[in-house]
Amino acid sequence: MNSETQNKEGVSRRDFLSTASIGMVVLSALSVFAGLFRMSKPNVRFEEATKFKIGKAENFPVGTVKKLDDKGVFIFSTDEGLHAISSVCTHLGCIVAISDTGFQCPCHGSKYDENGKVIGGPAPRNLAWLEISRSVDGSLMVDTSSAVPAGTKLKLIA
Amino acid sequence: MGDMSHSGIDRMKENLKALKKTVVGSFVRIGRPTSDRSRAAVMFNNFFLHVQGVKTHVNTLRPGYTLGLGLVSFFLLLITVISGVLLMIYYNPSIENAYNSVKDITYVVFAGKLARNMHKWAGEGMILFVLMHMARVFYTGSYKNGREFNWLIGIVLLIITFGINLSGYMLPWDQLSYWALVIVANIIQSPKEITDSLGITRYFDIGGFSKELFLGGLTPGKESLTRIYLFHIMLFPIFLFMFLGAHFWRIRKDGGLTKPENFEPTTADAEMLTLPKKRGGIFSTNKTYGLMELARGKTPAVDKDIENTVLSWPNLLLAEAAVFFLCLAAVVVYSFYINAPLKELANPLIPENPAKAPWYFLGLQELLSYSAFMGGVGLPGLALLGLALIPYLDREQSHVGIWFSGRQGKAVALRAAAVGAMVLIALLVFVINFGWFRNWWPNVPQLLITLINPGNLWVGFMIAWSFIVIRKTGSTRMGAIALFSLFLVSYVILTYVGTELRGPNWGFFWSKSQWPVH
Repeated sequence: MNSETQNKEGVSRRDFLSTASIGMVVLSALSVFAGLFRMSKPNVRFEEATKFKIGKAENFPVGTVKKLDDKGVFIFSTDEGLHAISSVCTHLGCIVAISDTGFQCPCHGSKYDENGKVIGGPAPRNLAWLEISRSVDGSLMVDTSSAVPAGTKLKLIA
Repeated sequence: MGDMSHSGIDRMKENLKALKKTVVGSFVRIGRPTSDRSRAAVMFNNFFLHVQGVKTHVNTLRPGYTLGLGLVSFFLLLITVISGVLLMIYYNPSIENAYNSVKDITYVVFAGKLARNMHKWAGEGMILFVLMHMARVFYTGSYKNGREFNWLIGIVLLIITFGINLSGYMLPWDQLSYWALVIVANIIQSPKEITDSLGITRYFDIGGFSKELFLGGLTPGKESLTRIYLFHIMLFPIFLFMFLGAHFWRIRKDGGLTKPENFEPTTADAEMLTLPKKRGGIFSTNKTYGLMELARGKTPAVDKDIENTVLSWPNLLLAEAAVFFLCLAAVVVYSFYINAPLKELANPLIPENPAKAPWYFLGLQELLSYSAFMGGVGLPGLALLGLALIPYLDREQSHVGIWFSGRQGKAVALRAAAVGAMVLIALLVFVINFGWFRNWWPNVPQLLITLINPGNLWVGFMIAWSFIVIRKTGSTRMGAIALFSLFLVSYVILTYVGTELRGPNWGFFWSKSQWPVH
């Protein structure tokens, strides 16, 4: 008898080959599936850039708050400088409004203090502080995809 | 041969004269349903009718047993398909034109308003009737005896019904659509709540990835509308009809609807069951002609219940036609008087206050206001899992086909509903008056709220109560009845609170008239 056909080590050649081929089928199916998902993830996004100019520092006199609705950001101007706080609620993405105590979300009632810290409601995170930088032409830029630690302010050289 | 009357032309003339008879005859091959044999043939020779048995059990025909709820759901689906195709004539799925095309349909297109209203109300009606159908199937124990998997298919159909409604109200691209889209996208993103708490979002952002896949970008826009349209008119309908086919087919294979084991016909049934006088022929009158019934499973033909069945034509079909016309009439009348809402054009700058989903999601929205992840993903997932597991955790095979499995079940259901309503209302009163962790200790970690919030506590109560019932009665069926009753009660109460008692900023108001002017 041919020794190769005997089941000496526990796994026969037939079992090994059939298991391996089933494994290959599963693997190929999974990669097709992954490809389907990858195809659904767009390579180009038809939406506005997250980085945008907000104009010169003079536009933001000390003591004022500007709400840039279409960008989803508040620009605060204080004695210590400028800071940007996101107006997108961290709960489910509604736009928060300024209230007596800070910010409030109309959708599910999340409340934040004036520094964007959650003080009530279902919001899981504080409102993000966003990076303000200076562009080469002297105007200020905000990047909504770049969060900075709370309390980070851009000093203005008056 | 050679005879003029038998020339090819003459034969064709004769065929032309007989056209009406031969065409109709080729369509209705068996002739008029005048005998039991031809009545049976109507059922099994017709593609659309053969999914139903030739004979139907009397119990199935009792309005008080099925309440016609599954049928109504199916007929409402047919109405949405037809009205939906009509809407597609004018609807344009682009963010520039969607809102205007819906406005055109509503105010300009002939009968457009009626078609849109019927589509909307039949679709929402499906949610109501699919849920009630599920309750009927549950309380009559019809998920047992080989029907376990059909219950699962039913759960899938329920999910698709919700999904198809959800994707539908995003299509007009009005304020409701837009903010619903934003909220749903963020619910999809909400696993971030967990990964953030664990600090692994940077490496494994499943929430963000799913959101991008759903929206076709990072923010709701034209790509998103294309995808939702694809879901609404393609993916969901295809899967809906596939699973619906399997759902019906399995009912047939399981020998029709469930019925009590020791079924006794009433005197009213006797009239139906009396056999007509035999008028010759070689077969006895109670012969069943559907041989396919012998194929497999417990069919009326081979079961002992043969004596309690009647011919489906005309008994079952008349009942079905009656339900269909009632259903159609109700939808038309309702749609004639009540308009589907259309808010102002989507405005990404101004969220609605309060931003409310349609009524069937407001119970979930109330849970969402405790925790985005638990309310949007965790608890609905748990509820669906629980519903799916019911037939596998309760395998008692007795009392199938009896409402509430008898008197004890009715008492268990009532007690669960009453106690559940009181506990849930007490919980809601507490939350509305005193808030939750975040209001008491602003620095509490989010993970703690995700794990301990009113929604989770309520679900914990549901599970605990069902365990107590199982221990007390020694019956898993009683535990299932308690659990399902609690589920229904919480759906009703939470939906009511979300719909009627929540106002701007998701604050509590007894009535809409108390809402602050803003």
